[in-house]
Amino acid sequence: MAVLTDATGGRSWQLRTSRERLVRWFAWLALVALTVFCWRVMTAGTIWAFVTDAPTQAADIFGRMVPPRWDYANRLWWPLWDTINIATLGTMIALVLAVPVAFLAARNTTPSTAFVRPVALFIIVASRSINALIWGLLLVAVLGPGVLAGIIAIALRSIGFIGKLLYEAIEEIDQRQVEAIRATGASGAQVMAWGIVPQILPALATIAVFRWDINIRESTVLGLVGAGGLGLALEASLNTLAWPQVSVILLMILATVLLSEWVTAKVRRAII
Amino acid sequence: MSAAATPAYPRTWKRPPFFASRALKWALVAGALVYLVLALASVEVNWARLSEGAGRAARLFSGFLTPDFVSRWGDIWQGLVESLTMTVTSTVAGILLSVPIALGAARNLAPWWLYGICRGIIALARVFQEIIVAIFFVAMVGFGPFAGFLTLSFSTIGFLAKLLADDIEEADPGQVEAVRATGAGWWQTVDYAIASQVMPRLIGLSAYRFDINFRESAVVGIVGAGGIGATLNTALDRYEFDSAAAILLIIIGIVMACEYGSGLIRQRIQ
Repeated sequence: MAVLTDATGGRSWQLRTSRERLVRWFAWLALVALTVFCWRVMTAGTIWAFVTDAPTQAADIFGRMVPPRWDYANRLWWPLWDTINIATLGTMIALVLAVPVAFLAARNTTPSTAFVRPVALFIIVASRSINALIWGLLLVAVLGPGVLAGIIAIALRSIGFIGKLLYEAIEEIDQRQVEAIRATGASGAQVMAWGIVPQILPALATIAVFRWDINIRESTVLGLVGAGGLGLALEASLNTLAWPQVSVILLMILATVLLSEWVTAKVRRAII
Repeated sequence: MSAAATPAYPRTWKRPPFFASRALKWALVAGALVYLVLALASVEVNWARLSEGAGRAARLFSGFLTPDFVSRWGDIWQGLVESLTMTVTSTVAGILLSVPIALGAARNLAPWWLYGICRGIIALARVFQEIIVAIFFVAMVGFGPFAGFLTLSFSTIGFLAKLLADDIEEADPGQVEAVRATGAGWWQTVDYAIASQVMPRLIGLSAYRFDINFRESAVVGIVGAGGIGATLNTALDRYEFDSAAAILLIIIGIVMACEYGSGLIRQRIQ
């Protein structure tokens, strides 16, 4: 807030001082300049004839997609089962691995803030910063294509997410309850079992269900890099330009995602 | 409660049960076990391929210890420039598109028909994974970062417009009324009563979305939409694990920098 005095001595109220306004103006200028520069670099290799043609192409593709080849759905039950398994088993493995990491990362339960905590935090960050598809690419190169690569990819990706949310929940627990249990003469394991675990269990359950929902979405496309599930069928149909099959697969993915969202909402309501 | 019938004070304590009914609990446990057995049985493990993969895993690990930034630097650099420029332009375009859609999708500002259309656009942008959207844009405009730009801008709408619209709906109606009482028009109401309330949140969400867009830009290349993902895909297809490790380390580094930066911005404005 600033009050400006003009040449005739009149005073007027302004939201910002002129210095602030100058700084803001330059910040906006820099942002616009950066965007224009990035736009030019990015579109340097773009063939605009293709872009202007896009609406025609889109109409063509969607025209080919209808009517969907409904009988193809019967060949999708197995990939669908695989997709659900990838998400569920991957989430379970991630839970088993993420819980100890979270305890090592939380400031109030870690054995050492100087050595153990940074390592646990690094595991969490590294897992989070690599997308499930990239984990899938790596694991398919190592393990070969298949459901197993998908499960491990989902598990490795989810450790960071579950670990991060869980360690924040552990750091926010009510310390008085822990102290009360300790005051009864409980050992370390007993404090854990009766003082800490009951407090974070609801959080853990919601985090697990939330991540499972995300994993269903991610496992539908993991097949594109060879890691099994519906994505594999999608890849095969796209490669043969079988658009009526593509639309069936997309509808199947849509139904699965909506179903998982419904299940998640139900379970969350039961927990909270 | 009558004092005469007071029972012996309970000396043992039991944790209250999580499930109200015991039968439901055991049915759920049994169902979970059956599912687990069926699911595990359907996972085919090819042990021969796995033992072959062990050698590759060792090479992947040694690749991480000796990342090769040099021999494919030209490709890596090109992928990085594509990813970063894609992230900046798509975030800006996404914000520019999201703000009007968010205004239209706020129940307290828009008429019902506009509300329906805008919520529809948001739902459409949220349904499918970025990768599936990218496949379609690549089919429409051809390979390259422009398809990635379209994909990320589109997904930004689903994220930003939804959260912003929800935030506008929660804005304090007192301020809106006060500004309207001075005789302000629709634009002036939005500018002085709504914008000033949701601006910090918009900036925070935009910073967060920038972070997400970079992560996604590292992936859409796998289906041909430009960026570092394409370079990574090629490196792994050729089993050049040392170059792949270099790319992954760069991705992790930039993601951490983005996350730290967006965290800093969000802290400063809140």
